[in-house]
Amino acid sequence: MTSQADQQQHDTASMVDTAAINLRGVEKTFVAKNETFQAVQRLDLSIGEGEFFSLLGPSGCGKTTTLRMIAGFEEPTAGEILLHGQNMVGVPPYKRDVNTVFQSYALFPHMTVEQNVAFGLERKRIGKAEVRTRVGEMLEIVGLGERGSRRPQQLSGGQQQRVALARALVNRPSALLLDEPLAALDLKLRQAMQVELKRIQREVGITFVFVTHDQGEALTMSDRIVVMNAGLIEQVGNPQELYERPRTRFVAGFLGTSNIMEGKVTRYDDGVALIDAGADGRVLVPTDDAAVGDRITISVRPEKIVLSHDEPPAGDRECSVQGTVEEMVYLGTSNTYEVRLNGGETVTVLEQNGSTADATAVRGDKVWLSWRPQHSLHLVDSPSVEEGAADDAG
Amino acid sequence: MTTTEAPRATSPVARRKPKRKWTYYILPVYTWAVLLFLCLPIFVMILFGFNDTKGRYNITFQGFTLKWYKELFAIDGLTNALINSLTIAVIATVVSVAVGGALGMALGRYRFRGKGPLSLVVFAQIATPELVLGTSLLSLFLSLNIPRGYTTILLAHIMFCIPFVAVTVQARVAGLDGSLKEAAMDLGATPVVAFRKITLPMIMPGLLAGALLSFALSIDDFVTTSFNAGQTVTFPLWVYGASRLGIPAQVNVMGTLIFLFGLILAGYSILAGRRKKD
Repeated sequence: MTSQADQQQHDTASMVDTAAINLRGVEKTFVAKNETFQAVQRLDLSIGEGEFFSLLGPSGCGKTTTLRMIAGFEEPTAGEILLHGQNMVGVPPYKRDVNTVFQSYALFPHMTVEQNVAFGLERKRIGKAEVRTRVGEMLEIVGLGERGSRRPQQLSGGQQQRVALARALVNRPSALLLDEPLAALDLKLRQAMQVELKRIQREVGITFVFVTHDQGEALTMSDRIVVMNAGLIEQVGNPQELYERPRTRFVAGFLGTSNIMEGKVTRYDDGVALIDAGADGRVLVPTDDAAVGDRITISVRPEKIVLSHDEPPAGDRECSVQGTVEEMVYLGTSNTYEVRLNGGETVTVLEQNGSTADATAVRGDKVWLSWRPQHSLHLVDSPSVEEGAADDAG
Repeated sequence: MTTTEAPRATSPVARRKPKRKWTYYILPVYTWAVLLFLCLPIFVMILFGFNDTKGRYNITFQGFTLKWYKELFAIDGLTNALINSLTIAVIATVVSVAVGGALGMALGRYRFRGKGPLSLVVFAQIATPELVLGTSLLSLFLSLNIPRGYTTILLAHIMFCIPFVAVTVQARVAGLDGSLKEAAMDLGATPVVAFRKITLPMIMPGLLAGALLSFALSIDDFVTTSFNAGQTVTFPLWVYGASRLGIPAQVNVMGTLIFLFGLILAGYSILAGRRKKD
């Protein structure tokens, strides 16, 4: 765990030079009627130039507050926000070289689409002819070349979204901030816009900071993701890292489906812990941070588990447990099993429908579940402010 | 052919047409009755502006004439009263739109200490009977030794118009997406520019409605004005004074013209609203 944290800190340090956005020890506390609420507790982040960076987390995790602090709508209670190395704390939004796409789009209803898109350029006192060309080009990029003279409310939700995007991007900001921009769209449109957003980002090459609570959206679109919970960072990484190596129970549960199991360490040597898992079970967990007698939490993804009727051969018995099939759901391309282990926990197993159709178990079958040790992921507790303070002291 | 026609014959639209139940007529009859009830006095006022009345009393219709329109400003006292009323109404409207608009924006958009009491004062002002406002204002002016006249009428009118503007603007601001202003600032607009380019156009319907209300309230106010007018005479005060002797038909004509002015304003604001929606 410590090495991973070191690695992260190292990454952060090396990226400072090229970073578009840097957050250093950013905190935000809201005070309302004698009640204080810590929206963001201690945030250190570095977002690279041209990166598609997502802030992911459940509602109330502080991701939108973070975005609003970068935009300048909220001032941090403590810490620094650097845009291209310049501290932006105290600088009003209209002097910051970032633009926002709002969740509600916030299009000006009394202006046409063209007037909306031209608004930012006009504030910069750019010549009329250039404004017209740039607005036209931008509307072409978002596929609304024909709709310039319409009013926002005459457009569909997806089209309004594109106008909001065009209105922000036409200013060529050093970073584009997107606050759940796809949340109001229906599923099909949302998926189309995910592809579209990605295409536009490649085309314009601008840093995108994307706030979302939808893990699928974050995984498919982002170069890197920060998972936030209760105002703190749970983990930062690219989509593969977050999915394949979640550090905390929260990340494992928030991204995709995870089987969370707990067990007592009975042996620990050479960076591998053995935990007890019922009479015939054994589970190996690679970890740097365990001792005999510890109770540790692990996560195994459903698709990493192999289900069989027979006891796996000794060589494959590094991680294997026994259980009873409680439920089998046929999904066409795959089967999902709910297996109750002898220890009482329920495990979900995803099995691709390949050539071995006979491998299918049915309700009530006694089965063996096995997986490779590298797929047992040791989860640590979510970070807390106290822990952070202790780190500082040490 | 037959297959397409068969369902149409049994469709509900076709079946309803031949004979309507009597209950169908309840709503239209009721609606027209209410409209008539509301408009009849106005029709009478307009009609008697064309009455070729011979005596002092303009009560029975004696024939059609346009002479009252020609002699509209023949009565000096009435003309002066109308001028007083119109100038007071215009000034009171302008001032209360400015002050009440700002108040409405504060109440609709921001949270601040004392917002609750302020809101209460605004509503209490609307709810308080005019008689109370008029007499208490009179005792205030008396105790401060302020001579009653044009200025005190104006102050009184501004006072009772402000809450109406504040309330209409507040409703409009509360319905606005708060991120509109943020979006404007995000795109490089200073707070002043954001207000001029975004907020002001957005609250304009509220301001216009407030202005219309203010003008209408001010021009025909009698109760508060009568307590605080001193020697100054406004249109309603003059009409009231004249009513004992018989109201000249010019009053009907002036009423008709004021009514038409209001009608044009209302029609314009409806048209403007409709144009915006397209």
